[in-house]
Amino acid sequence: MSTKKSLRNEAPLLEVKNLQTAFDIEGTDYNAVDNVSFKVKPRQIVGVVGESGCGKSVMSLSIMKLLPKGIGKVKSGEIIFDGINLEKMSEAQINKIRGKDVSMIFQEPMTSLNPVFTIGYQLQEVLFNHLKISKQEARRKAIALLKSVGISRPEKIVDEYPHQLSGGMRQRVMIAIAIACQPKLLIADEPTTALDVTVQAQILELLKEIQEVNDMSVILITHDLGVVAEMCDEVIVMYAGKIVEHTDVDTLFHNPKHPYTRLLMGAIPKMDEKEERLSSIQGIVPSLINMPKVGCRFAHRCPQAMPECFTVTPLLEEVEQDHEVACLLFETSIPREGVK
Amino acid sequence: MSKVSIHKINENVPSQSENLLEILNLKTYYPVKGGFFKRTVGNVKAVDNISFDIKKGETLGLVGESGCGKSTAGRTILRLLKPTDGHIRFDGKDITKVSGKSLREIRKDMQMVFQDPYASLNPMQMIGDIIAEPIYNFSKKSKAELKIEVMDLLDKVGLPQDAYYKYAHEFSGGQRQRIGIARSLALRPKLIIADEPVSALDVSVQSQVLNLLKDLQKEFELTFLFIAHDLSVVKHMSDRIGVMYLGNMVEIADKDSLYAEPLHPYTQALISAIPSPDPRVKKERIILKGDVPSPINPPSGCPFHPRCSMAMEECSRSKPVLKEVKPSHRVACHLY
Repeated sequence: MSTKKSLRNEAPLLEVKNLQTAFDIEGTDYNAVDNVSFKVKPRQIVGVVGESGCGKSVMSLSIMKLLPKGIGKVKSGEIIFDGINLEKMSEAQINKIRGKDVSMIFQEPMTSLNPVFTIGYQLQEVLFNHLKISKQEARRKAIALLKSVGISRPEKIVDEYPHQLSGGMRQRVMIAIAIACQPKLLIADEPTTALDVTVQAQILELLKEIQEVNDMSVILITHDLGVVAEMCDEVIVMYAGKIVEHTDVDTLFHNPKHPYTRLLMGAIPKMDEKEERLSSIQGIVPSLINMPKVGCRFAHRCPQAMPECFTVTPLLEEVEQDHEVACLLFETSIPREGVK
Repeated sequence: MSKVSIHKINENVPSQSENLLEILNLKTYYPVKGGFFKRTVGNVKAVDNISFDIKKGETLGLVGESGCGKSTAGRTILRLLKPTDGHIRFDGKDITKVSGKSLREIRKDMQMVFQDPYASLNPMQMIGDIIAEPIYNFSKKSKAELKIEVMDLLDKVGLPQDAYYKYAHEFSGGQRQRIGIARSLALRPKLIIADEPVSALDVSVQSQVLNLLKDLQKEFELTFLFIAHDLSVVKHMSDRIGVMYLGNMVEIADKDSLYAEPLHPYTQALISAIPSPDPRVKKERIILKGDVPSPINPPSGCPFHPRCSMAMEECSRSKPVLKEVKPSHRVACHLY
C-alpha cells in the first residue's frame, strides 16, 4: 500500500455524505442504505463487501441515480462527485455525466447487453451520446476500444451480436463500453461473480491495467474477499445497509475488528490451511421489513453481543488511525445515538 | 460388497472391494441435430473418456470451468443421462445398462443435491411432502411413520419442526439447500452427488452448509462426489480431487498433493487464478489466454494444447493418457 500515504491529503473524487436510500414497501419507507458516508480519492480502488442484501448494489445505484423510479429514492444525504452535488442535478444534467465521467459495469454480462444490437452499435451509442464524433471515427474508436480490452479480431467482433460471445468476452465488451469516454470513476458491481476463476483472473488483471493507464478511481463491489485482497486499496464492509468497518486493505485482513468482518474472514475456506470446520454466522441478514429499529443490526447474529448492543446504535468511529469501526466493543466515547 | 460381479470390467485395474463407485472410460455425447431431416450432424463431447473410482466414505471433488462436463459426468453416473460408452460400477455391480426395476432399486442408493436451491424445490409442495416423497416412493409406510421420519430429517439438517408445513418461498437460499439435502438423505443413500451445492450461497451461509455436509457424512457414512468450480471449497471438502477440462480428466490426486504440486499446466493455471484472501501474498499468476474451445470440435491431441504455455509439437498430434506419475497422483500430459 505504498500509494496510500501519498493519497491521504488529496481531495476526494467522490464524497458520499450520510446517504440514506429508502424503498417504499406498501406505503412505508424502509432504509436499504442507512447513513453511509465515505470518500473515494483519485486513482484509488475502494472495495465494498458484504453478504447479499447488505445494500451494496443499492448504494451504487444511488450514486449513479439509477434507482427504480417510484419505489426507491435517496431520502437524504449528499453525493459530491468532482465538486458537484449529483443529488441536486436534473435528469438531463446527470445524463451528461453518467457514462462519461462516472460509469458502471454490472454483474451479469449476459443480461446487460442488448441482444438485438451489434456490439459495435452498443459501443458507438455511448460515444455518440457524449462526444461529437463522426460515424467512421466512432467505428474506428469502437474497434480500438475492443482491442484495448484484449479482444482478438476486434474488426469482426464489432459486427457480432452478444450471443455469439462467451461470458468473459461479454464482460470485456461491458468494460469497453464503460471506459469508452475515459471516466474518472468506474463502479464495478460484482464484475466477475458470474465468471469462471481463470476468466475472473483475466478480467481483474484487465481492470487493474485500465485503472492504472486511465488514472481512474474504482468502486469494486463484491462478496469475494479474495478479489478484494487482490485489487483494492481500501475496503468498506457493509452489513444491513450500514458501514460496519472501513480501513485499508492490509489492516482489514490482518487486524479486522468488527465481529462481522472477523466471522466473514473465518467463513472462507483457506487454500493453505487445514481446518475441519469453518466458522459460520448463524442466521441471515434481516430483511428490510424486519430490520431492527434500534441497536446494532448485527447484534442478533453476533457471538459477542452484549445487552446494550440491542438498545444502543453504534456509530462508525475511528478507533485507530484510518480504521473506522461501528461496534460497541470498540466505542471509546459515550455513544451519542441512543434509543430513539 | 461380497458379491463377485460377473462383469469384470477391466483386467488391468483389479476392482478393489472398497470402491463404492468405479467409472471406466465413460463417455457422454449430446447429439447435435441439423439439416432438413434433423439428422445428427455432430456430437457435443461433454464427457469424453473419463475413469476414476471413489472409495467408501471418501469425498472425491470434481473441479473445472463451466462447460467442462463435470455436471454431465455427475448426471450420467446417476443414470439421469444415458452414457454413450463406458462402464459405471456401483457397489460392485455394473449399472451402465440396467433399466426399469433394477435401475429404480439402484436409485435408492445414490442421490443428488442440486445447485440452484430456488429451482430444485417444487413451489407448490409443502416441505414435508417434498422430503417425504422419496420415502413414499420406495416404501409402504403409514402417514404417521413418514411424518416422524421427515421430522427427524429436518432436525438432522438443522431446520425447525414447523418447516414441515411451509413452502419453499418462505426459506432463504441456505435453508432451501438444507431442504434439498434432507430430501437426498431421506432414503439413506450410500452415494450423494452434490452438484455445486454452495455456489448460489453467500460465504457465511456457504460455510454452514459445508459444515453440515461434513457432519452428515460422518453420521451416515456417506460417500460424496462433490462437483464445484470453487477450488478452495473443493479442497475443504474433498479427500481426492479430479480436474476436468473439456470433457477429459486431466489430473487426479490426493488433495494435498494436488494443491502442493499441481502437475498439469491447466491445474497450475487454475490454482494460480484463485485470488488469495491475503493482500500480503503476491502470487505469480498464470493467466490463460482465450476461452475454452467448443466441445463439438475439440482440438486435436491434448484438448488443452492451444492454451497451454508448455505445449510441444507432440501435444497437437496425440492425446495424452492419464498415467500415474507419483503414488496416487495421475496426470494426462505429455510433459510427464
